Amino acid sequence: MSIITSIFNALPGAVAQGLIWGIMAIGLYITYKVLNISDLTVDGSMCTGAAVCVMLTIAGMPLPLAMVCAVIAGMLTGFVTGIFHTFMGIPAILAGILTQLSLYSVNLKIMGKANQALSVRNYDLLVSLQYIRNVPIWKNAIFVVSLFVIILIAILYWFFGTEYGCSLRATGSNLNMSRAQGINTSFNTVVGLMLSNGIVALSGALLAQYQGFADVQMGRGAIVIGLAAIIIGNAVFGKIFKNFAFKLLAVGLGGVIYYIVYQIVICLGIDPDLLKLLSAMVVAIFLAIPYWKKTYFAKPKKGGTKNA
Amino acid sequence: MLEIKNIFKTFNPGTINQKVALNDLNLTLNDGDFVTVIGGNGAGKSTMLNAISGVWRPDSGNIIIGGVDVTHMPEHKRARFLGRVFQDPMLGTAANMSIQENMALALRRGNRRGLKWGISEKEKVQFRAALQTLELGLENRMTSKVGLLSGGQRQAVTLLMATLKKPKLLLLDEHTAALDPKTAAKVLELSEKIVRENHLTALMVTHNMKDAIRYGNRLIMMHEGHVIFDVSGEEKKNLTVEELVEKFSTASGQEFANDRALLSK
Repeated sequence: MSIITSIFNALPGAVAQGLIWGIMAIGLYITYKVLNISDLTVDGSMCTGAAVCVMLTIAGMPLPLAMVCAVIAGMLTGFVTGIFHTFMGIPAILAGILTQLSLYSVNLKIMGKANQALSVRNYDLLVSLQYIRNVPIWKNAIFVVSLFVIILIAILYWFFGTEYGCSLRATGSNLNMSRAQGINTSFNTVVGLMLSNGIVALSGALLAQYQGFADVQMGRGAIVIGLAAIIIGNAVFGKIFKNFAFKLLAVGLGGVIYYIVYQIVICLGIDPDLLKLLSAMVVAIFLAIPYWKKTYFAKPKKGGTKNA
Repeated sequence: MLEIKNIFKTFNPGTINQKVALNDLNLTLNDGDFVTVIGGNGAGKSTMLNAISGVWRPDSGNIIIGGVDVTHMPEHKRARFLGRVFQDPMLGTAANMSIQENMALALRRGNRRGLKWGISEKEKVQFRAALQTLELGLENRMTSKVGLLSGGQRQAVTLLMATLKKPKLLLLDEHTAALDPKTAAKVLELSEKIVRENHLTALMVTHNMKDAIRYGNRLIMMHEGHVIFDVSGEEKKNLTVEELVEKFSTASGQEFANDRALLSK
């Protein structure tokens, strides 16, 4: 009984935190699904967003402005990876790893130490784990983050429907075709990486406020959690959500489901040290499923001449 | 319309894989020329098309399209002069975008892509009409993902995309080689029709000598990176495959030892 009560009690927090990670996953979706690049920068840029937001707020900058700066800082990290990849010809994964590694130093320098607190008692924060119960609805963390998710999805839906957004999607879909149609694929790749990491930094800024601190370790393994959210979202909602906006929503909800399961697992008493191992295994298996399907369970096509 | 002047290109220079791909290539196309290009494997046919479209820069020489020297222009910039259809049907279209989105992308070739909506209602009407001319029923599937289409359908759509915005030069790089004979014939007919109706200047690489003779007003044969035989008008119309093989032997001093070309007599 007590387990169920504790799960129930942890649920709202899990939803709020899951939504914040959902924003991160939406950012990752832009590189992973739209641009067709596995961008490891996110492991560093999430913390960069948090660090910039926390330090600027402590320094007395108004919070919204600090968050805008966090997003810009995140975009800069994406810019660096983009330059590594396009201008310097480094494979995308390696480019991301290089940026991520250098961001560890950068993040430490931004914060001055490994951990910086941002207490909700001293600052007027947008979201906090204190704002889960007994607060007016408009202050509730779940409500505020949901608002962020919805506005973000609306902006992205509009953006990827524009002429330029279409050319970004084409870049991820087919580089040859894109160049043949006059699209500057290098430029677009850089822009896509900037957009993605800007969103990841936004989620970092929100997470730092929510948990009340920024920590140099906070983005570690973010790409795995983000991929998990994308995969879960697609597995649960893939059949019903076909529209681009709904696909993004599915990613956001994927983050929520991930964190609910995470909470349940913790409440069941599994060693939290093992959680990253479990997450990675789950993601690995889900990434393998499409490959296994193709290799071992492929049905012979009916009407072979159709695809001639 | 197109001037290729003294183009040289060597791949992997200084290694054991060194390959002289284009060796003093010269070619001038007049407005409205529909030129078929034949030659053995490694003769430089596709390399020539890649040089024109800017996939890489030549070692020396100049390429001029419609009076503009594009030799040092990056691939995406000179795309505004060119319509391109590739050998691989998968290369010419974005598989996970819809037919109409692909066409909208192609219609904006050479334009600045801003934050206006990516496709307008007026354009959809235009695309429907264009797709109708293909007679493949695609006008009723405009929101289908291109990845769901067959290779032939994809080449037909790519062909439309290459010519939606009239290019100064249409480059067809063995664009029917990956298709079955029936589909290939259909796509060829379609190419001919589009070139004729839009008065396009076109370069078509083919392995099929019959097609090379049958289509276009001019035929060039390439060997070892340059043009060894150039024929047009009546003389080209009256060519036979045997004569072509003969011409190849005399012009190159070699047997036309290419199974694919011989088989496709």
